[in-house]
Amino acid sequence: MSILVDAGTTFIVQGITGREAVNLTRECLDYGVGASIVGGVTPGRKGRDVHGVPVFDTVAQAVEHHGGPIDGSVVTVPPAFTKDAVFEAIAGGVKLVVIVTERIPRADVAAMVEFAAMHDARIIGPNCLGIIVPDVIKMGGIGGPAKDAAKAYSPGPVGVMSRSGGMTTEISSTLTAAGLGQSTAVSIGGDAIIGSTYAELMALFAADGQTEAIVIYTEPGGRMEAQLAQWVAENGDPLPIVAFMAGRFMDEMPGMSFGHAGTIVEGKEDTASEKIARLAAAGIVVAERIEEIPDLVRSKLAERTAA
Amino acid sequence: MRQDALFIGIEVDDEIARNKEVAVKLAEVCPVDIYAQGEDGGVRIVDANVDECVLCELCLDAAPNGTVRVLKLYEDGAVLSH
Amino acid sequence: MRFYEYESKEIVRRAGIPTSKGGFAKTAQEARARAEEVGGPVVIKSQVLTGGRMKAGGVQFADAPDEAAEHAARILELEINGHMPRGVLVDGRVEVAQEYYAGVVWDGLRKQPVMLFSDMGGIDIEEVAERHPDHVGRGHFSNVLPFSDFQAKQVIASVGVTGRALTRLTPILTRLARLFVQRDMTLAEINPLAQLADGSFVAVDAHMEMENEARGRHAELLADLGVGEEETREAREATPFEIAGEEVDAQDHRGVAGNVTEFDGNLGLVIGAGGGSLTLFDAVRAHGGKPANYCEIGGNPSVAKACGLAKLVLQKPGVEKIAVMMSIVSNTRVDIVARGVIKACVELGYEPADKIAIFRIPGAWEEEGFKILERYGVPYADRTVSLNEAAKRAAEAVPA
Repeated sequence: MSILVDAGTTFIVQGITGREAVNLTRECLDYGVGASIVGGVTPGRKGRDVHGVPVFDTVAQAVEHHGGPIDGSVVTVPPAFTKDAVFEAIAGGVKLVVIVTERIPRADVAAMVEFAAMHDARIIGPNCLGIIVPDVIKMGGIGGPAKDAAKAYSPGPVGVMSRSGGMTTEISSTLTAAGLGQSTAVSIGGDAIIGSTYAELMALFAADGQTEAIVIYTEPGGRMEAQLAQWVAENGDPLPIVAFMAGRFMDEMPGMSFGHAGTIVEGKEDTASEKIARLAAAGIVVAERIEEIPDLVRSKLAERTAA
Repeated sequence: MRQDALFIGIEVDDEIARNKEVAVKLAEVCPVDIYAQGEDGGVRIVDANVDECVLCELCLDAAPNGTVRVLKLYEDGAVLSH
Repeated sequence: MRFYEYESKEIVRRAGIPTSKGGFAKTAQEARARAEEVGGPVVIKSQVLTGGRMKAGGVQFADAPDEAAEHAARILELEINGHMPRGVLVDGRVEVAQEYYAGVVWDGLRKQPVMLFSDMGGIDIEEVAERHPDHVGRGHFSNVLPFSDFQAKQVIASVGVTGRALTRLTPILTRLARLFVQRDMTLAEINPLAQLADGSFVAVDAHMEMENEARGRHAELLADLGVGEEETREAREATPFEIAGEEVDAQDHRGVAGNVTEFDGNLGLVIGAGGGSLTLFDAVRAHGGKPANYCEIGGNPSVAKACGLAKLVLQKPGVEKIAVMMSIVSNTRVDIVARGVIKACVELGYEPADKIAIFRIPGAWEEEGFKILERYGVPYADRTVSLNEAAKRAAEAVPA
């Protein structure tokens, strides 16, 4: 199976008439079995269509047109309007919101995440490329145009989670080239506060029959690697995890942020070296180079089979 | 009329280059503003933007068949076609 | 973005929290005037965005305005940790009965702001938390539901504060919590929060940091405080090279080709995207390469922008070659970046094949991109060459 989405998932695209959203819509429609994009929302643009997807002024109109609840939404509206768009989606009954937009202030992100929790909904992102189930569905720009996504992603046993959208594809492509496919790959977002952390998605991967191992891409900044280490300790280490840590050079440059907003190191616990130590202490293998990942995954899988 | 940059060349047949309607349409469809309307109302090619061409082919659709040509100079002037 | 102490105190004051009397001065004369206004003993504090002021001699005490002016003159010339002060803060010395700490920060895992309060103020809160955990109260609060005073009261009472102190501290922490959210702060700290002999409270020192992404919605406050739009307030001030990088990125709205940070090596980097840049920078260094810069390309920049960034890096003194590398791209286009970097070489009078050590960007439009690179004889690699291997080739092409 997969986590979060499957062939039957319906979703809308909020901000669908924007330049990048038009491309994203095309890509998702073309990929795998073809995403069920049941509507798009851009206020004031009702009646238009984008690659055959009808455009509405409100989420409520999209839901009414669909004739029932809609599973998800990809939000690609500018930062100043994102909070309202996400509230609208969740109030409209959407349970999975992928926020592509970057540069959203933390107060807004925290409000969206809290509002989602109140309504039993989940947020992926912000500042992410979304979710892909190889050969089945992609929700978001992850992997790019369908033919490019098909080159990088293939179905298989590895769950991938990454704070970098691009590195989700780079790592999956490396796995694919080595004959290791992916169950689901999730670009979780590069901001300091995100809707779903590694640990919060681990339970879903652990419950997924197809997933046998996890690969994560991590960076300096924040505490979510420590949270993952704790989750592993508390939950009996159900899946082997291989991690890759980028941005080791940042340890020499406290107070600076590189790559993503979330990478700013605010305390000793946030540094790359500290995180590597914590992950290793939890039994998570930390790869020095991306190309080592497939072999590390294989040996971890072999260990478990032997045990 | 022909305009070359380092990577991309644009050719517009002379009779089309004077057509105001086509000029407006080309300016409208090109996502990187290679086409503009000249002072005489005809097609004007914006030199600085030619190498920004994203090979989207929208200009080929906006003008009568074959009257606008996009050349890939890095491929010995291969003509972009559908 | 970090605020100076005098700005932080102004923000606190505007939120209705009493602060010690005093004001900001840019010259010794102004410092004398501030001391006269305060009347009585004052403390003169260097206004720098770094710690360790006390140790460095950036904090001095004076009993009279003339003495205040003398101290100010010295402090204004005193460099602390590589920072020259923006001015001095001349504050009235207060008779402190007890020092408290009040702060609000984000908890990235709970995804909520958290109030911190201690009856052991004046020292680093992390130290208090480590040594005297029972003296630190904590309370998360909602970012959706309205904040209510009892939440602050609970946190303060949890460290054993009661009586009039509790009722007087509650509105202060409440205002700080509201200010934190309303002003998009990432840190709002009053330390010490001093209780005076008469039982009243004043903020003696404050430390505020605002989220960069939110600066736009506080334009009025920032203008009032005199914070210029160009002030990044990063840990290190931007170099001219880095500022030029921002200008390249700002030349049009398509994509990103910037976020430049200067280093002193000989290998120019034109790299992306966010995570790819981090990975590549590590890898170049691991192979002994000496990067001249860090940067990021992403979000499908124009040919002109990629060209501008490559030109900037190529022209940096000491740069021998550039390496153009990214993790697999899905929205940025290989052919567009290839055109940009080759154009940069050609327009600067270089042979692209001589100046580009390696081009490793696989992904969207790679077939077109590779045709261009082949045409100009530029060494390139596809996705079968790892980021690490590409970085190695780059480092080997330009020995340190």
